[in-house]
Amino acid sequence: MQIFVNGKAKEISEGIIVKTFIDTLRLNSKAIAVELNLKVVPKKEYDTKRLKEGDKIEIISFVGGG
Amino acid sequence: MNDKLKIGKYEFKSRLFVGTGKYSTFQVMKQALEASGTDCVTVAVRRVNLTDKSKESLLDYIDPKLYKILPNTAGCYTVDEAVRTARLAREVGLSEMIKLEVIGDEKTLYPDLSGLIEATKLLVKEGFTVLPYTSDDLVTALRLEDAGASCVMPLGAPIGSGLGIINTMNIQIIINRLKVPVIVDAGVGTASDVAVAMELGADGVLLNTGIALAKDPINMARAMKLAMESGRLAYLSGRIPKKYFVAEPSSPTEGKIK
Repeated sequence: MQIFVNGKAKEISEGIIVKTFIDTLRLNSKAIAVELNLKVVPKKEYDTKRLKEGDKIEIISFVGGG
Repeated sequence: MNDKLKIGKYEFKSRLFVGTGKYSTFQVMKQALEASGTDCVTVAVRRVNLTDKSKESLLDYIDPKLYKILPNTAGCYTVDEAVRTARLAREVGLSEMIKLEVIGDEKTLYPDLSGLIEATKLLVKEGFTVLPYTSDDLVTALRLEDAGASCVMPLGAPIGSGLGIINTMNIQIIINRLKVPVIVDAGVGTASDVAVAMELGADGVLLNTGIALAKDPINMARAMKLAMESGRLAYLSGRIPKKYFVAEPSSPTEGKIK
């Protein structure tokens, strides 16, 4: 199924949970945060939140700034 | 002497806050932060680069045991963007403070004051410790305080401009009237700008470009640290008043030879 991650379309497996998705991207969940369809996904829900067709995800981390 | 800075429930050993942007390398940044003596650094919130993961990460160079992290909402032009960014920043799990920026003009990066006040109210309600980047307007500063901001951060001059404090009188008026701490944020060009801010009675100074783009950022960071100490001590020591049009001799007028 197709979702949008950081503005780009991506094909992923049906019913994948957020935790697995982050792992496939090889990201450190301690250093990021995830927004799903304009709502922040609490970290404690990474194990249970399932992605669906058309979902829009923003994955952010901290970078240098003033 | 215990001269720690308190913002909301947070306490800081240094009154200098330093940004992590614009350094030539992470290594230079790390050394500059250390030289500055700061214990609070700002960071920006941006999309993870999903295609190029070979890049080093900022957090590899910032020890959370040494520095409190202050995420910002840089680049946000609407209340909605700023609130979304703040919520995401908090969810990373490293900080509940937010340096709130709602920008009104792309060229000068001047804040959108009404948006800033609105976003402050929303985020305070959600339990954030809000540090709003504002202009040197007194009324806005008072409204931000009323809205629950834990401090106010009036700009000295536009971000990255290096112009120092353009309107010292406005900054003084704000310092005089607000009960929450006042941190001069933006526009610092060199060490004396930090000293001037502290001599006016500011509770702290936040800067980034003044250090990061100096020819020698590490020594400039050292200079900023010294200026912070000197300016703060001068303020606490009670300066002499300014006397216009008259002089007062330092040597005795009696006993002169005739």
